Amino acid sequence: MPAHDVLIIGAGLAGQRAALAAAREGASVAIMSKVHPVRSHSVAAAGGINAAISVDDDWHSHAYDTVKGSDFLGDQDAIEVMCSEAPGEVMHLEHMGVTFHRNDRGEMDLRAFGGASMKRTAYVADITGQALLHVLYEQLMKHHETVQRYEEWFTTSLLRDEAGGCCGAIARDVRSGRMEAFTAKNVILACGGAGQVYKPTTNGLIVTGDGIAMAYRAGAPLMDMEMVQYHPTCLVETGILITEGARGEGAHLLNSEGERFMEKSAPNKMELASRDVVSRAEQIEINEGRGVGPGGVGIHLDVTVVPRKRTLEALREIVNLGKDFAGVDITREPITIRPGQHYIMGGVKTDVDGQTPIAGLYAAGEVACVSVHGGNRLGANSLLDTLIFGRRSGEHAAARAASMAMPEVDANAQLRRDADAIDAIINRPRDGRRVSEIKNELGELMNAKAAVFRDEQGLQGALETIARLKEEADSAWIDDRGTVFNQDVLGAIELSYMIDCAETTVVGAIERKESRGAQFRTDFPERNDEQWLKHIDITLDGDRPKVSYSPVTITQWQPEERKY
Amino acid sequence: MAETHKPPEQFSFRVRRYDPESGEAPYWDEHTVELEPHRSVLEAILQAKDRFDGSIGIRCSCRQAICGSCGVRVNGEPALACHTHLDAALKGASDGVIEIEPMGNMPVLKDLIVDMDAVHWKKVHRVTPWLIAKQPVPEREYLVPHENMVDVTQTMACIQCGACVSDCLAMEVDPGFIGPAALAKAYRFVGDPRDDQQFERLNDLAQDPQGIFDCTHCFKCVDACPKDVNPMGQIMRLRRIATNDHHIVDQNNGERHEAAITGLIRNYGLLHEAELIPRSYGGNSWFAKFTPAAGKELLSSLPVIVRGLLRGKLNPKIAIFGHKIPKDDLKAVQAIYDKVESREQRFELNLYIAGEDEEQGAQASAPRGETPSGAEASAPRGETPSDSTPPADPSGSDYAEAPGGVENPPSPQDPTGEGEIEAGDAAGSQAQAREPGGDERSAGEGSEQ
Repeated sequence: MPAHDVLIIGAGLAGQRAALAAAREGASVAIMSKVHPVRSHSVAAAGGINAAISVDDDWHSHAYDTVKGSDFLGDQDAIEVMCSEAPGEVMHLEHMGVTFHRNDRGEMDLRAFGGASMKRTAYVADITGQALLHVLYEQLMKHHETVQRYEEWFTTSLLRDEAGGCCGAIARDVRSGRMEAFTAKNVILACGGAGQVYKPTTNGLIVTGDGIAMAYRAGAPLMDMEMVQYHPTCLVETGILITEGARGEGAHLLNSEGERFMEKSAPNKMELASRDVVSRAEQIEINEGRGVGPGGVGIHLDVTVVPRKRTLEALREIVNLGKDFAGVDITREPITIRPGQHYIMGGVKTDVDGQTPIAGLYAAGEVACVSVHGGNRLGANSLLDTLIFGRRSGEHAAARAASMAMPEVDANAQLRRDADAIDAIINRPRDGRRVSEIKNELGELMNAKAAVFRDEQGLQGALETIARLKEEADSAWIDDRGTVFNQDVLGAIELSYMIDCAETTVVGAIERKESRGAQFRTDFPERNDEQWLKHIDITLDGDRPKVSYSPVTITQWQPEERKY
Repeated sequence: MAETHKPPEQFSFRVRRYDPESGEAPYWDEHTVELEPHRSVLEAILQAKDRFDGSIGIRCSCRQAICGSCGVRVNGEPALACHTHLDAALKGASDGVIEIEPMGNMPVLKDLIVDMDAVHWKKVHRVTPWLIAKQPVPEREYLVPHENMVDVTQTMACIQCGACVSDCLAMEVDPGFIGPAALAKAYRFVGDPRDDQQFERLNDLAQDPQGIFDCTHCFKCVDACPKDVNPMGQIMRLRRIATNDHHIVDQNNGERHEAAITGLIRNYGLLHEAELIPRSYGGNSWFAKFTPAAGKELLSSLPVIVRGLLRGKLNPKIAIFGHKIPKDDLKAVQAIYDKVESREQRFELNLYIAGEDEEQGAQASAPRGETPSGAEASAPRGETPSDSTPPADPSGSDYAEAPGGVENPPSPQDPTGEGEIEAGDAAGSQAQAREPGGDERSAGEGSEQ
């Protein structure tokens, strides 16, 4: 049975950064992912990474913008950690080889981004996530002797010892179908969010909430799951993301009357207000009949106001996306977009070192909720989050590993249980529904009832439907009976992960009877600091979610009215 | 608006299936789906998976051509399934059924899933794919010119999908060839002024018999790449920097072979085939044929030469005296050489550095135009024009829509490029001044900050 000091599940930015940090501390490290690391969804992050590296900037300003962006639900101690460590981290990445674009002095150039009080976003054209991810993978290749890679291994469950701590995981080699138990002194979950719970979403097909569900099932609390970010600029049909960098470079949002409607809700920041504000403003235009395109469900994003040469150099990827996926030359005409599910602020509750309340279990990146994003994440803060808390988790886990012996685990029973469960799915009779049908219904349900605007009635209905889908998923059947690359059976397991994420999201949204950040309740349209300036924690109690609360950490910035 | 989409239509496709557990040979599996014509081949496959057969194996995730998972062959051509429209694919289908197969040059694991580790990633690892940073590491960022970072962004934009590997003809013949994707990755470091090992990297790749001189210029990878990384162009740039800047004379005769070709064409206007082998082995002069290496190679080529003569493929007169072209034509060819060689720096194609004539005026008056265009490195690089021109820069008619070029990265003597940056005028006028008589592509090239 393979045994490691630190086992990292997920190989996007958070996971790879954790692996490098833990290896640097001398721990024996393994990193496991259900896809090849460079396929991880971090690759799709476009716009950039925030850090107060400019001489005119101050990390306190970055922290304040983040606190304000979070609608004061972010924990300010964690935000201080992230923002104060950001410049050092970005410099470290630069030294590692990230090809950040430069200004006329040869220093890193910075672009404007939503919710930020000044230009603070370092970038590589509009492929920043890809550049970061590929550079970290270069480092994993460099350190191949100290970081063991398990590429294309799918994790089915976490192992727990008698004291309740986490001591490894069960996984399936996707290539061969072989099941294996991995012992580890510490496990770091770094397997991303749960975008596929929604349809459409900007997120890749692999983003199915695996880590969130596995941690939840292992007893870890989830926090602020109701906080789901809708990105203001997604292609109408497919949900494909058009980077906020476009607005950062100066692009306008226009309704059917050609109005820059952001004047109404954010007269100062206009298109560069925080994402929840812009998405709501767009949805109001659409709902009130001032949308554009077929059915009036879209808004125009006008990039033609950006100098063409600048667009072609700094926004090349979305020039191609527009051409290839919408048939529009964005340098010549506006492109139709609308708000689309993009990110979840909630996740597995952790402290600033990535530790969950379960000993030996860490989480970092979108899977985690530290919480630095609170009710709404600022653009270009997610890459930063993955790297800062990925590194801190890796370092902390390595230090913890140094002072303990390798746990002795008898994982056979759980290994057999997981293997049997997979066999059972493969052998299900074809009398229920297809996995794909349930997944589609779930996605459309969430996008209708737990989106930009929510209300009690819709959410309660959604909860009932989710309960039915959960039942149906237990007997849903698949086609593939093989063991080599049986993606079908993994899809069935992913569906069960997604249903857990959907259920906790809706439970949180019902619970929070106020409007804050990404949660806008039409039946409770005001923010209510007196009653709801607190986190909603959800744990698995038997087979039902149980709600509790935890306080928001406030250090320097008292809640105030949020204006952009 | 261009966004008025057509209604859904039926599309049929057949997918190459292979189940390694069945013990049976690969077979074709046909499905019909209903989708709008601008939707992708991947969406068609996913619809078939969802509705008819979930066991079709294909790696995929992002659906937007950035994760690089879904490399396949559509109608025999390498492509990302998510990046190929159904209507376009149908046009390329010979019998009205879109044909989808796994990529080539890599072993198939199941259906459309190939083993990229065994081929692609092994080769990427071969090129030392990480930055070996100049020391000492600065406290803040390395100060480097903007255009160098934009320049390497083209290779950074490679998503490792394997499409170029799939179609590489050189790799088909020599599976050990490092190949287009890995060599493009190598340029990402060679072109990075922060890297300390430019010479070592180039020497390594030039001396390797399966390195940069193993590429046969077939352009397949250029066509295959869904991200316009232009792998062959990057390989040519590696060669140019290796030979022209570092004067690396490799054991594979790559450098001499290139010098021989360009030298012969300068002298004769057309390739003088009989001189090519001697010069490739013995150096770029008429006397090359008397060197032992050339003699040996000529001897071993004798059977081929004799067969060529017997079958009329070789004309003895031309073989001995070379081709003759009209004097004016020869002059015109030589004028091209003179013009290219008189440039202070090489121009390289780079798709991230864009320039268009038409909006220059508009741009200058746009708000952005008011800021000095920054990292415009107008200073000559101080490189001596080389004796031999670079091999055909792929900036001909194939690239008519391609925007501007970028000059060669800073010379190795001043790799950080510090001191080369000058605050310039507005981009447009400067670029024009820098490239007098340039074609329309180069006007306005260079970059804003």
